[in-house]
Amino acid sequence: MSPSGAEVLRNIKSRIDEVDPAAVREQVGNGAVIVDVREPEEWGAGHIPGAIHVPKSYLESRIEGAVPDREKHVVLYCASGNRSAWAARTLIEDLGYEHVESMTGGFTLWKDRGYEVETPRTLTAEQRERYSRHLLLPEVGPDGQQKLLDAKVLLLGAGGLGSPAALYLAAAGVGTLGIVDNDQVDLSNLQRQVIHSSERIGVPKVDSAEQTITALNPDVKVEKYPVRLGAENIVEIIKGYDVIVDGLDNFPTRYLLNDASVRLGIPVVSAAILGFEGQLSVFKPYDGPCYRCLFPVPPPAELAPSCGANGVLGVLPGTMGLLQATEVIKLILGEGDPLIGRLLMYDALAATATEVKVRRDPDCPICSRHPEEISDEELGVFPDYEAFCAGAH
Amino acid sequence: MATIRIPPVLRAAVGGEKELSASGSSVGEILRSVAEAHPDTQSQLFSADGGLNRYVNVYLNDEDVRVLDGLDTNVGEGDTLVILPAMAGGAHPAS
Repeated sequence: MSPSGAEVLRNIKSRIDEVDPAAVREQVGNGAVIVDVREPEEWGAGHIPGAIHVPKSYLESRIEGAVPDREKHVVLYCASGNRSAWAARTLIEDLGYEHVESMTGGFTLWKDRGYEVETPRTLTAEQRERYSRHLLLPEVGPDGQQKLLDAKVLLLGAGGLGSPAALYLAAAGVGTLGIVDNDQVDLSNLQRQVIHSSERIGVPKVDSAEQTITALNPDVKVEKYPVRLGAENIVEIIKGYDVIVDGLDNFPTRYLLNDASVRLGIPVVSAAILGFEGQLSVFKPYDGPCYRCLFPVPPPAELAPSCGANGVLGVLPGTMGLLQATEVIKLILGEGDPLIGRLLMYDALAATATEVKVRRDPDCPICSRHPEEISDEELGVFPDYEAFCAGAH
Repeated sequence: MATIRIPPVLRAAVGGEKELSASGSSVGEILRSVAEAHPDTQSQLFSADGGLNRYVNVYLNDEDVRVLDGLDTNVGEGDTLVILPAMAGGAHPAS
């Protein structure tokens, strides 16, 4: 006569090592891999912080991906300690894992002891559909999508660069988009500023952009700043954002942004365009150079065409703005090689991209110092430059 | 001969060319020969004391010449010099 399930389980438990939740708690973050073998809905209702999820029904096919090293110390848990015992036997006897334990009492006992529980926020059915192409990418997946939904990105300008960046960041599900722009939509903007439309000429750009973004993706919250960015408001506006998209058209504000973002430790994805050519770089404070390391002083007005109106191929800010959006998403996800310490030059007519190295300047007037040493009075300071550039308008 | 890439803001000073060729064995020699052939670039590239203007970066291939030997950096046949002044064209949030 075959043994009963209960007898088999007793037999298995006599062969494997079991461990009390108190000991598991000490092992979290201590080299052991904690594996939750319950079903997805049980995991979704709460799990041990730092644990990874491999449902028992997928154990054999997925454990090697999750824990490739068979010598690794693995602690399995389920709801009560039974499924994890079966799973432990499989890992030891079928798959050759050498150091496996099953947690007695399971997650129920863990919770009863009052130990810390992490409850993952789950995507709604609509979000799983909307972001399904992201969820299929291992580099994004549900966790990455949640990071995007939690992220706050500030766009300086809803113009040539900001329009495409805002559209795609909104489509990607970046949860909060701040937009700083005190301009109204003008007919001459529509050759490149694709977030606006012919019906919205004369409408403040922040309102026009908000309409488009909300229609595209209701998950996105838009924070509007219909103001001119200056030394008096920059810290208040940018603090709390995770990444800043810089499409500024003038040097005084670009230096001001640099100094304030270094002080607050906020990475800036910066692009500039002229004619058929664009530049792109990521300035991540203290991880790489800042804008002043690259250009310690601004050029004189005759070499600063930003001081006046210039031609630009309409698609070029589209190209550069989307490269910015790509870098923003990489920074949020922590994936890939961000363009830190590198400057990309794109030539649309030649269809070439050139890259040069950007070094941190050990004598940089801003980022060679501790952030708390950078005073309000120093932000964006260049003697007479603003008056000089303003005079060239 | 080395190739020198001319940025958009300097093109008017070199007759609209995107690239120039110039001979010379160092960054300084090459840039000075550019300035001799195209005098309008002199004040844009060089400060009064003959050094590079601080708002202009020059790269030998992909490396900033300031972390090499500056204007004395050796330049070989087939090397490319990239001249990079700061650009700030984008939206107009502050205008």
